[in-house]
Amino acid sequence: MKVKLARLAHARSGDKGDGSNIGLIAYSDEGYELLRSRVTSEAVKAHFSAICKGAVDRYEVPNLRALNFILHDSLGGGGTESVITDAQGKTHGQGLLLMEIDVPDDFELDQEGIGH
Amino acid sequence: MGRSVRIGNGQGFWGDSIDAPLRLFEGGPIDYLTMDYLAEVTMSIMQRQKLRNPERGYATDFVRFVDQVLPELKKRGVRIVANAGGVNTEACRATILESARRQNVNGLRVATVSGDDILHRLEQLRDAGESLAHMETGEGLFDADREILAANVYLPTEPMVRALDEGADIVITGRCTDPGLVLAPVLHEFKWASWDGIALGTVAGHILECGAQSTGGNFTRWWEVPDMAGIGYPIAEVSDEGGLVITKHDGTGGMVTVDTVAEQLLYEMGRPDHYITPDCIVDFTSISISQDGVDRVSVTNVKGNAPTPTLKVSISYLAGYKATGQLVVSGPDALAKARLCARVVWDRLAMSGVRFDDTHEEYLGVGVVHEGIVPPAEHAPEVVLRLGVKDTDRAKVDRFGKEIAPLVTSGPPGVTGFAGGRPKAQEIVAYWPALIDRHKVKADVSVVEVGS
Repeated sequence: MKVKLARLAHARSGDKGDGSNIGLIAYSDEGYELLRSRVTSEAVKAHFSAICKGAVDRYEVPNLRALNFILHDSLGGGGTESVITDAQGKTHGQGLLLMEIDVPDDFELDQEGIGH
Repeated sequence: MGRSVRIGNGQGFWGDSIDAPLRLFEGGPIDYLTMDYLAEVTMSIMQRQKLRNPERGYATDFVRFVDQVLPELKKRGVRIVANAGGVNTEACRATILESARRQNVNGLRVATVSGDDILHRLEQLRDAGESLAHMETGEGLFDADREILAANVYLPTEPMVRALDEGADIVITGRCTDPGLVLAPVLHEFKWASWDGIALGTVAGHILECGAQSTGGNFTRWWEVPDMAGIGYPIAEVSDEGGLVITKHDGTGGMVTVDTVAEQLLYEMGRPDHYITPDCIVDFTSISISQDGVDRVSVTNVKGNAPTPTLKVSISYLAGYKATGQLVVSGPDALAKARLCARVVWDRLAMSGVRFDDTHEEYLGVGVVHEGIVPPAEHAPEVVLRLGVKDTDRAKVDRFGKEIAPLVTSGPPGVTGFAGGRPKAQEIVAYWPALIDRHKVKADVSVVEVGS
């Protein structure tokens, strides 16, 4: 079944030069394995195609069951130079949690929260 | 049980809650209170303030706070470490010393750490062959004419430790790293020299540096956060045996869980295994976190390595002007009418011969910040039209600001929400990160005692 990432992970984002970073953290070990295999740099780049003009880098942080993404050139020129509303990428974490991925039908999902 | 020390951070940035430091100070036991006031853009604002008035250029919120707590500070045995000095640590200290004399607080030691401000040394550094090349593009700072507004080195934490070693009750710094504010008391207390120890203090500082972001603020599961209004600011309990627990005062709002701490650990993270500070390189992929009671999270297995031979310099320069203006467009076809408003503004400006280097339109409420992720709300009952321009010509940007209000009477119906006057041109302060050989930077520590 397809579910939003909000059902298996939480996230926070902020600025990193002219890009943003998103820390995406799974609620369980099984969830982390799903994130690792489904939430690739390419998938995140496609998800943010209207926002992120550059490449997406991905780093694994298994000790926190987390992935860290850098979305290059996603702030309209960066913090102080930008005239866009979210010049610091504060909303990118919430945006990523709206991404849908395939999970096994018996996968235990978080019941509450955004995205449903 | 080993000896432990409690360090609280009451300020995540310039503009954070003005009451938080006092609540942290009065709300329970802490040994050190840290406050972070300096974002990258802050330094250039402070240089401008100092240019207009040589007695300014520091965080005035800080001075007002210290004035309130001075008589209690020594009694409670709390020491303060803050980067409130901005580009004028001396003026910041002078105001605090005056406040101490006025309130008859004797024996108080106030330290400044300076040497981070290299704005006045740029020519000398250029002549000595420093290129201060942009860290991402590689372009040399001096390759083109630029109006440089500020240049500050992220100082290592050692001079702050020295200030505490010399008995300072209050340490005022200019630019230092945010985690350094917490690392300084850790190293002063425990004299750790191992990279793992320095990394532990750095991680404590990283978790605390954005204030309430580790205690339930900006947390994904916001509906679980109790009493957000009374949110407690974070405290790091560090023990001489190398333990680190993140907590907050009893009775405050918010919460400290492995999830709130994990989100903050990754905040503004680049390469997680290679987090570079002037003091060490931290491997965030080594860290373990676990719940250690209610509102207590234990952080262990922090690995560190030796720092790089360079220090980061934060340089800002003038890159033109910008302005944004907004209107609320309501009623049937709000989005179509908002689009018309935008076109009218650009057409009228073009009729007056005004064109910009860059323009920007947003239709807030339709799905702007998540454009391409959420389907656009084409039938939103109201839309905030937000227009922005950038240009090197200040007069043109100001001219834009005069073209928003007329739409209320000379545009489509249902347009409102024009308030706060005409948008004015703001300086675009561009950021230029560079590296400098750490031997070319010298930090100065000065300690003054009141009543001596």
